[in-house]
Amino acid sequence: MIELHHISKSFGEHEVLKDVGATFERGQVNFVIGRSGSGKSVMTKCTVGLIEPDQGHVSFDGRNFTALSRRDRKEIRQEIGMLFQGSALFDSMTVLENVSFPLKMFSNMSDPEISKRALECLDRVELADAGSRFPAECSGGMQKRVGIARAIAMNPKYLFCDEPNSGLDPQTAIVIDQLIMEITREYNMTTVVISHDMNSVMEASDTIHFVHEGRILWRGDRAGLLAGGVPELEEFVFASELMRRIRKAGEI
Amino acid sequence: MKPYLRAMRWLFHIGRYMQLLSASFRRPEKGRVFRRLFIRELDAIGTQSIGIVALLSLFMGAVICLQTAHQIGGWIPVYTIGFTVRQTMILEFSPTLIPVILAGKVGSNIASQIGTMRVTEQIDALEIMGVNSAGYLILPKILAGLCIVPFLVILSMFMGIGAGAWVGVATGVSSLADFEYGMQVDFHVFDVIYALTKTVAFGFILTSVSAYHGYYAAGGALEVGRSSTRAVVWSVVIIMVANLILTQMLLN
Repeated sequence: MIELHHISKSFGEHEVLKDVGATFERGQVNFVIGRSGSGKSVMTKCTVGLIEPDQGHVSFDGRNFTALSRRDRKEIRQEIGMLFQGSALFDSMTVLENVSFPLKMFSNMSDPEISKRALECLDRVELADAGSRFPAECSGGMQKRVGIARAIAMNPKYLFCDEPNSGLDPQTAIVIDQLIMEITREYNMTTVVISHDMNSVMEASDTIHFVHEGRILWRGDRAGLLAGGVPELEEFVFASELMRRIRKAGEI
Repeated sequence: MKPYLRAMRWLFHIGRYMQLLSASFRRPEKGRVFRRLFIRELDAIGTQSIGIVALLSLFMGAVICLQTAHQIGGWIPVYTIGFTVRQTMILEFSPTLIPVILAGKVGSNIASQIGTMRVTEQIDALEIMGVNSAGYLILPKILAGLCIVPFLVILSMFMGIGAGAWVGVATGVSSLADFEYGMQVDFHVFDVIYALTKTVAFGFILTSVSAYHGYYAAGGALEVGRSSTRAVVWSVVIIMVANLILTQMLLN
């Protein structure tokens, strides 16, 4: 479980996060949704320690991450996997080397053991035969899957996915959503997905946090999301014609 | 910009550069991985620069020989040609201009490589995994620069002096005996020590300053390009200032 306690963050005069509190449960896919610029990416970066919050703290299964020194954070960081919006694969390495990288850096495994584990992870995302390719030779969907394979290589307890479906076609996006759901259950991870893609939210979410102007304005599940009740949330969720039709069909 | 603001900005950059160096010189996570990176950088900075260093040194040695022959007229001893080629190559051309050329070739490469990793979130990916990104990316480059640049400079000295001798004999401005005598006259080993001391300092400057500009690149491709340009300009400026300071310190 990941808990955010009273997180605030400003950049100059601009207050991006305002006293944010949230709980992300283990074994669930926790979505953080909101409009562009609402503060969800900054919230994630504060959670994983890429940005230091001005106030408040983050705890991972009761361990106060924010209070730890850089050295002590390393232990928790090795329990975190992250899938980046642009995949962030190391372009000078092959797919197999990318997935092997965290194992080479932090495990005491031998080279054959590392290769075996990396191939297992690639097999899990159905890319066992793509190990020798470079990221530039992979499609967007493949790069995301390699990103997932790299993220799970160290058997993480926590998985963060920043806009996992950006730039993907709807079918590939569903594959990625399902993969995130499946590995969350398999590894019993605490998964946090940052997205503004309503298809993904409806496909893969267990709990949903709606961020608006730097605050968590609403928390609930898919049924609650469609039920509405909060004007800002309704405005966000039913922005598209498709979602308005879904609501209308539900009312009928 | 007001002078005090300019001064503050300079202080900010100096402080941040020092912080980056401090982070870079932390103990590497895995010695085996570090050794591999170090060898790769020796190749990138050293082996892949041999061609350009050799070519420029050959032409410079040859041109210095012909210019000196033109200047001495008929009343200065011919062995002065060998003396001048040797002194110019050892004291200034090889130890100062070769690092300046490397700042253009290697420095821009370092800045754009690290800058691209920054803007594509690859550095964030390293940090999330718990890897000290500064140590992983920058330390091998600095140490490789410190080790290999002096070798390139020694190569440049030999190539330049050799080319000078060959051109002198081939064009008939000097006999080989006169050139050899000039090369040996009033030779001080300290001149070579002075040159190599400068070279080590310049190797450090060109790698670390370029890495600094790449590491703090922000934005997109345009900013990576700008950081690469800034890396070359600042490396050259700092090398020139350091040249003056070191020359004053070492020769007096």
